[in-house]
Amino acid sequence: MSRPNPAPAAEDCFHCGLPIPRGALFGHADGGRWRGFCCAGCEAISQAISGNGLDDYYRLRTAPAATAPATEARPASIYDDASVQQRFVRTLADGTREAELVIEGMRCAACAWLLEQSIARVAGVAHVCVNATTRRALVTSTAELLSPVFEAVRAVGYTAWPCEQDHLARMEDGERRALLRRLWVAGLGMMQVMMYALPAYIGASDVTDDAAGLMRWAGLVLTLPVLLYSGAPFFTGAWRGLRAGRAGMDLPIALGISVAFAASTWSTLRGAGAVYFDSVTMFVFLLLGGRWLEHSARLRAGRALHHLVAWIPQSACRVKSHDDAQGEHVPASSLHPGDLVLVRPGETVPTDGTLASDRAAVSEALLTGESRPRERLPGERLVGGSVNAGAAFIMRVTHVGADTVLCALRRLVERAASERPASVQMAGRAAAAFVVLVLIASLAGLAAWWPSDPAGAVWVAVSVLIVTCPCALSLATPAAVTVATGAMARHRFAVTRAGAVERLAEATDVVFDKTGTLTLGAPVLREVMTFGAHDEAACVATAAGIGRLTSHPLDRALVEAAGATARPVQHQRSFTGHGAEATIDGSVLRLGHAGFVRELTGTAPPVTAMPGADTFVWLGGADGWWAAFRIGDALRPGAPAAVAALRKLGLEAHLLSGDGEQPVREVAARAGIGNALSRATPADKAAFVARLQESGRRVLMVGDGINDAPVLARADAAVAMGSAADVAQLEADAVLLSNSLDDLVIGLTTARATRRVARQNLVWGLGYNFLVIPMALAGAVTPLAAGIGMSASSLIVILNALRLARMPRR
Amino acid sequence: MDIVFLLIPLSVVLAIAIGAAFWLAVDGGQFDDLEGPGLKVVVDDDSPAKES
Repeated sequence: MSRPNPAPAAEDCFHCGLPIPRGALFGHADGGRWRGFCCAGCEAISQAISGNGLDDYYRLRTAPAATAPATEARPASIYDDASVQQRFVRTLADGTREAELVIEGMRCAACAWLLEQSIARVAGVAHVCVNATTRRALVTSTAELLSPVFEAVRAVGYTAWPCEQDHLARMEDGERRALLRRLWVAGLGMMQVMMYALPAYIGASDVTDDAAGLMRWAGLVLTLPVLLYSGAPFFTGAWRGLRAGRAGMDLPIALGISVAFAASTWSTLRGAGAVYFDSVTMFVFLLLGGRWLEHSARLRAGRALHHLVAWIPQSACRVKSHDDAQGEHVPASSLHPGDLVLVRPGETVPTDGTLASDRAAVSEALLTGESRPRERLPGERLVGGSVNAGAAFIMRVTHVGADTVLCALRRLVERAASERPASVQMAGRAAAAFVVLVLIASLAGLAAWWPSDPAGAVWVAVSVLIVTCPCALSLATPAAVTVATGAMARHRFAVTRAGAVERLAEATDVVFDKTGTLTLGAPVLREVMTFGAHDEAACVATAAGIGRLTSHPLDRALVEAAGATARPVQHQRSFTGHGAEATIDGSVLRLGHAGFVRELTGTAPPVTAMPGADTFVWLGGADGWWAAFRIGDALRPGAPAAVAALRKLGLEAHLLSGDGEQPVREVAARAGIGNALSRATPADKAAFVARLQESGRRVLMVGDGINDAPVLARADAAVAMGSAADVAQLEADAVLLSNSLDDLVIGLTTARATRRVARQNLVWGLGYNFLVIPMALAGAVTPLAAGIGMSASSLIVILNALRLARMPRR
Repeated sequence: MDIVFLLIPLSVVLAIAIGAAFWLAVDGGQFDDLEGPGLKVVVDDDSPAKES
């Protein structure tokens, strides 16, 4: 169901709906209405959309767009390279080329429309089809070069990745279709069989015996495909469980539907007695419906990104020497240790190495969640997957392939996931014990009645199996989880993995990552030091004026702090990697690195920058130094409140970070977390979680970077931020799409409510059965009563679960 | 009431026919994307002007 177009409030970005930072001056009037934006990126995208006459997008969309990507990972031109293209482009019989892309940032069906319109305008594109569900685009083009397609996608605010034609994706598509077919066969069968059962239910008196017999046969014919095709997963699941020596949830289901079907078939063949075809089909349909909803929710939450090839860049520019400006593009897989590689601004570092140029600034946001670029000096290590945030540099390759940090992380993730403690589901255990009990009861009934009345004894045994049809029991948890998943998704808390809701409810400890999770992961102005005649406010206003037109994250922090007081400047110029320069009241001022500003002031900075997590930005002119701004990461708004709320729920909070002790302790104190571990490597973090688990705690991990992926995989339950790296999201049980920790609290509360409802359902299912088994054993259950009991017990379970749809409001 | 002897078998045949039609539709990819196409038809601009 689509909600009406969410028009952002006036103070929110017109494009992405995020609040506009104070003092940001991005916006333009359109048709008499002011459109404000949170950043230059969003404004450019919106203008590109409007400029192409695609404004309808804003009218049609049902979710705000993704915020403009901060940096482009790599130039689109590498997709023109034949060696790169062969991995995702197919040449069709008529000579046109077909490429499959995965689109990042798609939120709703309007996105698919917008992308189709935009890609279709690219010269050479013959046909394009964007799938809103799987987030894949199939582009057929007559042109050799595909970079214009990637650029068109980027212009409207999405990122396109080549999708390798792997069989895994094909298999998943096949599974989805098979599930849909099974669901439909069951639904169709259920509706029609219900019609044939109606006369028996309402006791229609003018149905002749012949007609009733015909209806039984019709019911049999239509139930057969439901049982054998739609119900097949339950039989294979039960068989697999039996072979492994444990009775899972599928066993009672398989047993229930086959016994009910066998008894009904016997009645049909005899031409007398009750049939339960309607119950069988309805039960199969309800169970498959739950599975289908769960599957759709998972797809929607972005599991499709699984097939991204984004882990490691595919191409690199190899150079022969430091003076070789051209270089040659080679696949990243053909690099060897010792090679020199040129990394241009905005490109991704292709593999691990050391810096061979004088200086470099790289953003390791993908790895650590922190967007602030880090300075690297010659000989220092560069990690593959980080993004060049400064000027072009040359690096010397040290590790390739399986030896790289990224691959090591991936192995760590795989191992951690395999070591994750298996959570035995309560419902599964209860059902397994229950099945054994019912089998014993029905055999006992058979044995007790056999001497006096052999025919009646068989009916008693069968009726025990039918009335105890474990519908209510096996629906108890799935029904509650399905309803809760939908309710949570409305709060932008997307559950992405089966069993996650149960695991979330059981958590006793919450472990937070610091950067990007508890903190924003983006810099804000934290301290101003003035040195000259100018006061603090004047310095901030001036710095904001100079930095306003650059898109550097540090300058953004200044602009935000200055708000509307930013001073107008002239002749603004920016020097990538150094800072910016502008003229104010006739004098030239510089904002940026100490060394860059020093060229103007001529003297050394009045104070030395304290080493720490924060960055210093300097302001000065020919008349001397003006000020230094300490800019650093800030706590996420609402984090202390969320931590307090979690504590009220009885959860203990921990903080893990790879950063130094001092900033970690500071963040922990401000968020109200007592237990903090600093300088932790990904392996340390996983070990910390393992220690907690050994002492009997159930750990919920909240994180966002790739370096959190191993610990997310190790924890009992894992939640990733919506802004997290895809790999981190992949290892998580749930994704906080809103990036708000409040929603984490709501998610946990709902998970616990779900557990409560599931338990109520189990108690009801067991109570019902303990009531009817003695009655059936006594021979007091009529066939009609058995059928009604079967259906009613399932309905009550579903109605109880539906209560979860009414969720606590924010 | 004799008509039911015709109608009931007919309903079985119909149900199987509907099921088969649906089966083909799933295999044809008609259910791969349940959101996009519904939106595309309401937008008038069927022929995007090629930029050249």
